[in-house]
Amino acid sequence: MSKREVISSGNDLAARAAVDAGCKFFGGYPITPSSEIMHTISDLLPKVGGACMQMEDEIAGICSAIGASMSGVRAMTATSGPGISLKAENIGLAQIAEVPLVIVNVMRGGPSTGLPTRVQQGDVLQAKNPTHGDVKTIVLCPGSLAECYTETVRAFNLADRFMQPVFVLLDETLGHMHAKAELPSLQEVEEGIKLRRQFVGDPADYRPYDVPDDEPAILNPMFKGYRYHYTGLHHGPTGFPTEDAEVCDRLIKRLFNKVDAHVDEIESYEEYLLDDAEYLVVAYGSTSLAAREAVNRLREEGVKIGMFRPITLFPSPDAKMKELQERFGNKVYMAELNMGQYVEAFERATGMHRDEFVTHFKANGRPISPADMVAKIKEELL
Amino acid sequence: MAFNYDEYLRTDKMPTLWCWGCGDGVILKAFIRAIDKLGIKKDDMCVVSGIGCSGRFSSYIDCNTVHTTHGRTVAYATGIKMANPDKHVFCIAGDGDGLAIGGNHTIHGCRRNIDINLILINNFIYGLTNSQTSPTTPQGMWTVTMKRGNIDPTFDACKLAEGAGASFIAREKVSEPRKLEKVFVEAFKHKGFSFIDVFSNCHINLGRKNKMANAMENLDWIDQITVSKKKYDAMSEEERKGLFPTGILKQDEEALEYTAMYEKVKEAWQNNTKVEL
Repeated sequence: MSKREVISSGNDLAARAAVDAGCKFFGGYPITPSSEIMHTISDLLPKVGGACMQMEDEIAGICSAIGASMSGVRAMTATSGPGISLKAENIGLAQIAEVPLVIVNVMRGGPSTGLPTRVQQGDVLQAKNPTHGDVKTIVLCPGSLAECYTETVRAFNLADRFMQPVFVLLDETLGHMHAKAELPSLQEVEEGIKLRRQFVGDPADYRPYDVPDDEPAILNPMFKGYRYHYTGLHHGPTGFPTEDAEVCDRLIKRLFNKVDAHVDEIESYEEYLLDDAEYLVVAYGSTSLAAREAVNRLREEGVKIGMFRPITLFPSPDAKMKELQERFGNKVYMAELNMGQYVEAFERATGMHRDEFVTHFKANGRPISPADMVAKIKEELL
Repeated sequence: MAFNYDEYLRTDKMPTLWCWGCGDGVILKAFIRAIDKLGIKKDDMCVVSGIGCSGRFSSYIDCNTVHTTHGRTVAYATGIKMANPDKHVFCIAGDGDGLAIGGNHTIHGCRRNIDINLILINNFIYGLTNSQTSPTTPQGMWTVTMKRGNIDPTFDACKLAEGAGASFIAREKVSEPRKLEKVFVEAFKHKGFSFIDVFSNCHINLGRKNKMANAMENLDWIDQITVSKKKYDAMSEEERKGLFPTGILKQDEEALEYTAMYEKVKEAWQNNTKVEL
């Protein structure tokens, strides 16, 4: 199967990926720097019989997408940080009611209105805990234009596999970057589509939430003879509200277990030039583009340095990060466009405090350049 | 033979969580009778509700049901309807649900004229959360947040729906269940956004502190503030003060419906033409 070579932007590729992955509904609201996703998908969806709705607000954007998904079609919403803040409550409903949904967040400078047209990776922890209550989210973070496409496709498959929202974290740099990207063939994408499971027995026997303790609910499409109930309340095996302590306990634990027990299906990362490395760079998203260049420049100078790049940010690759920390000790440099949000995950996984290794944070809407990284690494790491 | 409501109810969920004498039960029965009269199949319909006493409405009906977040019924329903234009989608919202926290979705559902039926159960108070002022609480009434008398101006939901562009607008009350059923039948037949403002009693959380502590007193008060559209139309401005017209207030069968318009968007993209409405 031949690859496709395209010249495009991250936002455009996320939209195209959604449609190629079988998305049939998009609900959204204009917001910089993610609007181009809606611009592209509003052209593409009607062509394939789907629908794109520019809704009256961010909340309606996600609610309409959840509604469409509840009825059985693949659905997506896209926004930037302020939009996620507004969508927060309904992200929780999709988590507890187990409704698959892809949520693209093209991160900009925050908090509040922040820096609308500039880059930041400030919504990483928001993606981990976007709503009130205990939730276990899945967060994917593309590190290249090609991955804006492939990770969006993967998000749809993971959403249907685990029956919950899956975040795709782009940022202003990736979303607006325009360049060449090599994409998998359409045939490969289509062959990889794994739709949500369906119950096929007698409707009288259908208990949508009566599943093993580490598996997602099995939610059939609406209007097909399996009449059941969705609710944001705690619910039992049939989906109806309950306050039974044991049932509520089991529900919340299952929502965690269904992700934790299958991390191998979700985890994804890249190890770049780590085989002989003596120094470790950790970076993700658009920052990893600069970090890769910094590693290359240092390699040219003979420094044995490599990069670890998490692609699935959450659930975080804790075992891998621990293994790397044991190998590299404190010869670690970590860069991100925030005040250390993913460093928190690294600290938790490794037991090391951020003061013990080199961190490089920037939250003023500007990227960290490869030259800045090289300088900081030379000054503080080598 | 008596009408068999059980055919449409999730009988294992009975009794309902609603208080004795609550108007919500009357609305549920009228809703079921209208569905039955129109022959709408349970597998072809979806009921979407919000939060509040009315939020429980969806769980009692044996069809595809969704109990959403506070105020968001119409937004969820829009996604369901757009993905399934040939199915029947019903929204149930309370006055706080549909006019306060979810007012924006009500406005834009009306504006799009999407074929959704929004039943606003209007009991003039936040009942489930114990008597806070709602957008329809009459001025002067006791609420737990306005104990010396509510000063907030009263909201006329039907006027909002009209201004926003709904093509079917009606008002009825639970003291007239047969009329309510008839209005539902007309609303559900209508292609376009149907807005039905149903005046209901909450003698527990509105009535108790406002000298109408039993259901009948609360219903009598509703009768006092309502008058048929025919009579209302014949009244002077002065006579209309404090009164709400009941019956079908607007029925425009010519207005373009949103899912039908969106089909034209699909055709335009597929045939490389412009949308012609």
